[in-house]
Amino acid sequence: MSLNPTILLIIALAPLVGAIIAGIFRHQVGRVGAHTVTIAGVALSCVLSFYVLYQLVWGGAQTYNENLYTWLQVGGIDAHVGFLVDRLTAMMMVVVTFVSLMVHVYTIGYMAEDDGYQRFFSYIALFTFSMLMLVMSNNFLQLFFGWEAVGLVSYLLIGFWFKRPTAVFANMKAFLVNRVGDFGFLLGIAGVLYFFHSLDYATVFAHTDALNGKTIEIVSGSAWSAASVICICLFIGAMGKSAQVPLHVWLPDSMEGPTPISALIHAATMVTAGIFMVARMSPLFELSETALSFVLVIGATTAFFTGLIGIVQNDIKRVVAYSTLSQLGYMTAALGVSAYSAAVFHLMTHAFFKALLFLGAGSVIIAMHHEQDMRYMGGLRKYMPITFITAWIGTLALTGMPGFAGFYSKDAIIEAVKEASEHGGWIQHYAYWCVLLGVFVTAFYSFRLLYLTFHGKERFVVDHGHGHGHGDHDDHGHQEPGHLAHEPHESPAVVTWPLMALAIPSIVIGALTVGAMLYGDYFGSAIHVAHAEGEGAHDFHGWLAMALHGLTQPPFWLAFGGFLLATYIYLFNPSIADKAKSALHPIWNMLDKKYWFDPIYQAVFARGSIALGRGLWKGGDVGVIDNVLIDGSASAVARVAGVVRWVQSGYLYTYAFAMILGLVFLLGGLWWVVGK
Amino acid sequence: MMQSLLSILIWLPIVGGFAVLALGTHRAKGARWLALAVAIVTFIVSIQLLTGYDAAAGTMQFIEQHRWIAAINANYHLGVDGISVALIVLTTFVTVLVILGAWDSVHDKVNQYLAAFLVLEGLMVGVFCALDALLFYVFFEGMLIPMFIIIGIWGGPRRVYATLKFFLYTFFGSIFMLVGLIYLYTQSNSWELSQLAALKLTLEQQSWLFFAFLIAFAVKVPMWPVHTWLPDAHVEAPTGGSVILAAIMLKIGGYGFLRFSLPITPDASQHFAWLLIALSLVAVIYVGFVALVQEDMKKLIAYSSVSHMGFVTLGIFISLALVRVGGNKDAAYLGVSGAMVQMISHGFVSGAMFSCVGVIYDRMHTRMIKDYGGVVNTMPWYAAFVVLFAMANCGLPGTSGFVGEFMVILASFQSNFWIAALAAFTLIIGAAYTLWLVKRVIWGDVTNDHVAKLKDINAREALVLGTFAAATLLFGIWPAPLTHLMDASIKHIVDQLLIVKVG
Repeated sequence: MSLNPTILLIIALAPLVGAIIAGIFRHQVGRVGAHTVTIAGVALSCVLSFYVLYQLVWGGAQTYNENLYTWLQVGGIDAHVGFLVDRLTAMMMVVVTFVSLMVHVYTIGYMAEDDGYQRFFSYIALFTFSMLMLVMSNNFLQLFFGWEAVGLVSYLLIGFWFKRPTAVFANMKAFLVNRVGDFGFLLGIAGVLYFFHSLDYATVFAHTDALNGKTIEIVSGSAWSAASVICICLFIGAMGKSAQVPLHVWLPDSMEGPTPISALIHAATMVTAGIFMVARMSPLFELSETALSFVLVIGATTAFFTGLIGIVQNDIKRVVAYSTLSQLGYMTAALGVSAYSAAVFHLMTHAFFKALLFLGAGSVIIAMHHEQDMRYMGGLRKYMPITFITAWIGTLALTGMPGFAGFYSKDAIIEAVKEASEHGGWIQHYAYWCVLLGVFVTAFYSFRLLYLTFHGKERFVVDHGHGHGHGDHDDHGHQEPGHLAHEPHESPAVVTWPLMALAIPSIVIGALTVGAMLYGDYFGSAIHVAHAEGEGAHDFHGWLAMALHGLTQPPFWLAFGGFLLATYIYLFNPSIADKAKSALHPIWNMLDKKYWFDPIYQAVFARGSIALGRGLWKGGDVGVIDNVLIDGSASAVARVAGVVRWVQSGYLYTYAFAMILGLVFLLGGLWWVVGK
Repeated sequence: MMQSLLSILIWLPIVGGFAVLALGTHRAKGARWLALAVAIVTFIVSIQLLTGYDAAAGTMQFIEQHRWIAAINANYHLGVDGISVALIVLTTFVTVLVILGAWDSVHDKVNQYLAAFLVLEGLMVGVFCALDALLFYVFFEGMLIPMFIIIGIWGGPRRVYATLKFFLYTFFGSIFMLVGLIYLYTQSNSWELSQLAALKLTLEQQSWLFFAFLIAFAVKVPMWPVHTWLPDAHVEAPTGGSVILAAIMLKIGGYGFLRFSLPITPDASQHFAWLLIALSLVAVIYVGFVALVQEDMKKLIAYSSVSHMGFVTLGIFISLALVRVGGNKDAAYLGVSGAMVQMISHGFVSGAMFSCVGVIYDRMHTRMIKDYGGVVNTMPWYAAFVVLFAMANCGLPGTSGFVGEFMVILASFQSNFWIAALAAFTLIIGAAYTLWLVKRVIWGDVTNDHVAKLKDINAREALVLGTFAAATLLFGIWPAPLTHLMDASIKHIVDQLLIVKVG
């Protein structure tokens, strides 16, 4: 039995149709029309994605791999647009369409008063289409298509409130930093074509031995393994899209976009494209220990050090953003020790609970009338119980509470890195410490967020009698920090229902799927591991046993430590936070400045490029070429020919006729010479 | 009609142009409609070329041959292969849009303005289908005349300087080509391109000829360092002039390399390919940085053109390295095809970008970036088009701008990792200068009263930009028809490169 290609086509195109209608005919369809048509499209995709997953897992359907049309054919090289749908793809399709659907529904509430309502729905539906094209691709070209298309939509959405200078700076920054990654990615693709003469996944993965012994001379005289060069190039692309150090700088700034897209694009789906890509390319990455070590160092560094920044943030969304960076680091670290299924498993659980946390943060932001600073929150649990409870669920999942979704995936990653460190070098040891200590950090910033937002005493004042309506959404600042026009309130049902719908998988999805995904044969041939002992089924005795075992392991106790410390400081003794801040000022300052990446990049790359450009322009083009070569010879000619007056007379006809005359003269002369 | 289709395509717009001219300066409306009718008919006729052309054969087709100047054995010899067909249809397509675009923005001597464009169209078609070197040269030089007139009469305040610079550069370049052609004639007693290609030449002879052609075509492309006329010409040219200049005239340089340099001097081309590759990479990177700091929108797009045209010359000359050194024919096809796709795509994208500048220039009469800001607030549809074309300019997949660059980078990798890496740097620098322009002009809050008073595009402007957008997207999503059209002809050119002429 095989999958029905029409269904796959509908899954991909339904959101696109919605996007086009909501975008181009936004005045005709109106607000209700825009959200109806996009939600219908994404809902259709979601239902059909579940159906495809069902068919692949229980219905006995074979992996689908067919081309739709030939994009390009030149000589012996061809490129296609087509779909590869195996269980890895199906899982991604379900995650993407489900989270997207939740975000679509949520947006009805969140963007209710925004002028760009239809435009927003158009963008997020377009995003869903692009992301589906990315995950469903059966070749490198289409992967790059989807890759850049999600980048474009991300650009448009970060800059959604285009009047804000910070938003239009952030979107350009995001695009450019991603382009640095794409630079590597494109070279990686070029390398694949060079060595395999094909861009088709199946062909390339079936002939990985073509890389055996192949080298590329990157620096004259030293030959590099072709597999390492290609994989590192491809991974540079992943570093851009999945925001790994040092290309992570765009993700925190992307919080300038409306919260629903932070959940959809910058937490659950787009930023995990890099993880997905490396997992998909596992047959290639398995060829290069060097590339995997590189992946591991980058991932582990990101996991620990960006998590630390989350501790000192006061903006609720930024805490979640740094948490996302850190969790992406975990996934990348898992890739680096060949634990691809653990990485993808964490990708899935993370998509649910991180989308939940972001949407929960958005719900808080609505309640606080677009105040995002946690220093002016506190005690919100009694005003918004649903948001409060779902935020706790998301936090428990994120911190890896045994039994919750995040526990299974994160534990698997730490276990895999630990195993690698047992027979690895310093890189694996370093990585193990990073991911292990990261657990403590994660728990600390997560519970800090919960306490500052929902617990403790209220740090805002409600000014009754102010005529502050609901009019403006986050595209306008609030009036005074800590002053609200009326009491915070629970968000409407379109907001709370998605929260509840995401809370359920955040609890159970790990327990339900851990057996199949990590210890079973869920992924089949979609993921290839050369040395299979890494994630053996040796000690798996069911999800409950794993959870109970987890209670005795270091990660749990580290998380518990983080929880206790956060509880003590933020619930019982808030003054400690300030004391710690001044006592550890150099460290605090380093974290507050985010290790100075931004100012350094700004000075070196932004201002450096402008200075270079100006130098080349004024010095090279104007100085040497124009002034010396052109004007010099022009004035010499002018002097010799005495045409200065003609030049100044400005009659262009003169030149034109002079040219024609000259031409006639030349041809006539030629005729005469040759004619004789 | 099919036998003389090419002559019709050349002479119909020229005759039509004189008819428009004859209407006199007082019948502006009549001149516009007549010019539009001529352009549309020409475009429709050129579609016949597209449908009648046998792409699988890849040979010269629609041949016309008449004795022209018997004494020197010069012929009126026309014919097209896939490359020419693509460029001719691009020419007739863009001309229609230029005439539509000029509808409300030119009021002075309308008939002369439109006549100049129609005559120019005919001459450019002539360039793309001349198979006789002397005939080519006549069209090649002749086409400059209407362009000088367009810039010189309807241009901006420094039009005289710009025109003079343009004139000096191009005339300087083409004189060398003429000398080269005359030399070839003395050797072969023929102006036929096919005969010149078959002529045996020593490496020394080829080298002299190669540089003679190089100067002429490098100025046209333009390649660094002979590119500085282009920004000035663009800045001073009226919108239509800029569009034609960027969309079509620059392509004649790339076309010249494929028609003259490669077939006639293959060994010298191989010998000096490193130089051309180096200059192309300088164009991509150096000029990219220069584009970054421009304060005038048109100058920025002009520099961006130079940078993008670097991919054309890179694709052409990397193929020599690939096929002659490595024997890698597939990669060479890919490189030359990439260069051709880049030419066609750049025709759409740069034409669209200059049209976009024209739209706001008509409203605000300034091209300075600092005079704008927050245009999206008052012109949302316009902003949507600008963002689309900006993305095409950054080479975003799904737009035509991606296809050519992608192919050339893939081909370059097969020759050398670092050439590919330097070429791929355009991903970063191209996005930087384009998006920074968009950020400053389009995004943000309304910066001044003039921007606040802007009116969004009207139906005619939407038609022009929408047509460009459709072409940009079509060839981005499905470039196969375009490459198929040119594939056999490109194979022919690349296969010819393997013939060593020395000796």
